[in-house]
Amino acid sequence: MSLELRDVSRTVDSSAHIHPTSITLIPGGFNILLGPTLAGKTSLMRLMAGLDKPTSGQIFFAGEDVTGIAVQKRKVAMVYQQFVNYPSMTVFQNIASPLRLNGESKVAVKKRVDQIAEILKLGPLLDRLPSELSGGQQQRTALARALAKDASLVLLDEPLANLDYKLREELREELPRLFEDSGATVVYATTEPGEALLLSGHTAALNEGRITQFGPTHTVFRDPNDLLTATIFSDPPLNLANARKEAGGFQLGFTSWPVGYYSDLPDGDYQVGFRPHHLQLQSNDNAALPITGEVLITEISGSESFVHLGLGKHRWVAQMHGIYQWDPGQKIDMFLNSAHLLVFDSTGNRIRSTHG
Amino acid sequence: MKTRSTIIVTVYIVFLMLPIYWLLNMSFKTTNEILGTFSLWPVEFTLENYIKIFTDPTWYNGYINSLAYVSLNTVLSVSVALPAAYAFSRYRFLGDKHLFFWLLTNRMAPPAVFALPFFQLYSAIDLFDTHIAVALSHCLFNIPLAVWILEGFMSGIPKELDETAYIDGHSFWRFFLKIFVPTISAGIGVTAFFCFMFSWVEMLLAKSLTAVAAKPIAATMTRTASTAGYELGLLAAAGALTIIPGAIVIYFVRNYIAKGFALGRV
Repeated sequence: MSLELRDVSRTVDSSAHIHPTSITLIPGGFNILLGPTLAGKTSLMRLMAGLDKPTSGQIFFAGEDVTGIAVQKRKVAMVYQQFVNYPSMTVFQNIASPLRLNGESKVAVKKRVDQIAEILKLGPLLDRLPSELSGGQQQRTALARALAKDASLVLLDEPLANLDYKLREELREELPRLFEDSGATVVYATTEPGEALLLSGHTAALNEGRITQFGPTHTVFRDPNDLLTATIFSDPPLNLANARKEAGGFQLGFTSWPVGYYSDLPDGDYQVGFRPHHLQLQSNDNAALPITGEVLITEISGSESFVHLGLGKHRWVAQMHGIYQWDPGQKIDMFLNSAHLLVFDSTGNRIRSTHG
Repeated sequence: MKTRSTIIVTVYIVFLMLPIYWLLNMSFKTTNEILGTFSLWPVEFTLENYIKIFTDPTWYNGYINSLAYVSLNTVLSVSVALPAAYAFSRYRFLGDKHLFFWLLTNRMAPPAVFALPFFQLYSAIDLFDTHIAVALSHCLFNIPLAVWILEGFMSGIPKELDETAYIDGHSFWRFFLKIFVPTISAGIGVTAFFCFMFSWVEMLLAKSLTAVAAKPIAATMTRTASTAGYELGLLAAAGALTIIPGAIVIYFVRNYIAKGFALGRV
């Protein structure tokens, strides 16, 4: 059972929250909505849930038009970034709430709640009120309620954003497993490219109310259609420069590169970019492009170093494994494998090399 | 430093409690002692005043009448204000902010302004001298207040709670009564307290809209002299008893009262 949005848009007070968008979610899989804040992830989810009505367009669920259907009548479950539970009910009653509305028998409800509580490690907490739980436990309760409903569409709106680092990692690992068995189509909104890669599945990159690309997460990451998608799906940000292609190669102002795989491109202005982790200290390839930059600052995060480099008027970041400590002002030489170079035309469309 | 603050607090409390003590003091005295001598405590201790109030129907009916219309008003105000406050806190509609402010301006006119129209209107439709008449007239100032306090409490509850309930399959009324009302129960308690209090202390409307059958205790108490002459002891006992219902109600909402005074906006 799949959800399809057909030319759906939403305008509030004459400002467009969602531009006409069409997307067919992958049934029974993880569909990730990736984009910065205000990209329209929540707006899109609310349309999918039926909490908001689209200004134009239609929504189909399992082939049926559900555009105007009340949210109560849809088989949808949703978990918010804030921990939303019914404050006056115990954890048990919270999880049981959608089951009771389904008119299931007392015994069946108890059995199902116990089973779900077991999976989400809420077993000993069933008699507590949500206010007596930690943040992680509250969100587990919300997830349990979503799971209990056995909905065919589960919407998770940045469910881990308000949790601390450790809990986030733990729950992120569990999430795909939780919904795998139910066969539900899951939609997961996040602002973090890393999270999308960890969850795998399919990703739709969003920017200012538009889906820029939708496809398998790794394809969208490795093979972005345009500059926007590449920028959304890059953390730390994509390294970019304007380049002019001439007979001799790409002229970047502060340096020039051989055209490599892009030799069949017509001469003209382009934008070239690459991801920070593709900058390396050693060249292990003849096609490697040399880069000499001045160290501006070095940030160390765990086992990685982020080196900010100044090259002419450009500022690039190198993300490297290991701890490196350079003094600001020091000149260092680095290499970029030209296979990792992304070339965009002046309007931001990705140009594919014949290399593939 | 510590002794100084202790002294200040003690003096403050003494001044605060003095009138109440004096009322209690008087209520256990005979009228002769009150008028005749100055004594810090009852010399001729008597329970006569209280016995009279609990045995004479003209007195105890005053309490029954007052409690009847005050309870009626509290229930009316809160149940009408609940959906209204929900609308103000959750929906945007044309003129919502102006309407919301206008509600509060209802409190700016003294009740005396409305005494005459209410009197004429209730006489015309045979509601004069009934409990419901007083209860309805007190809605004039209690419903706006209740809407304001409840709106404050409701706006503290994220809208996502409502949506989660709808997604789970609750209908609006089921959500409202089974989930939302229990969630803001503290706010409802505080609101009920304020309605109770303002209705309980209001005298002008209550007095003008009643004659015998629904006469409130405050009206009974304005009868300073009777055929037996001045009855100050009796009045003091009645006054002391009038404080009790408020004290009982405030006990239940003591933890939330400050939030109520801030109209639920803390």
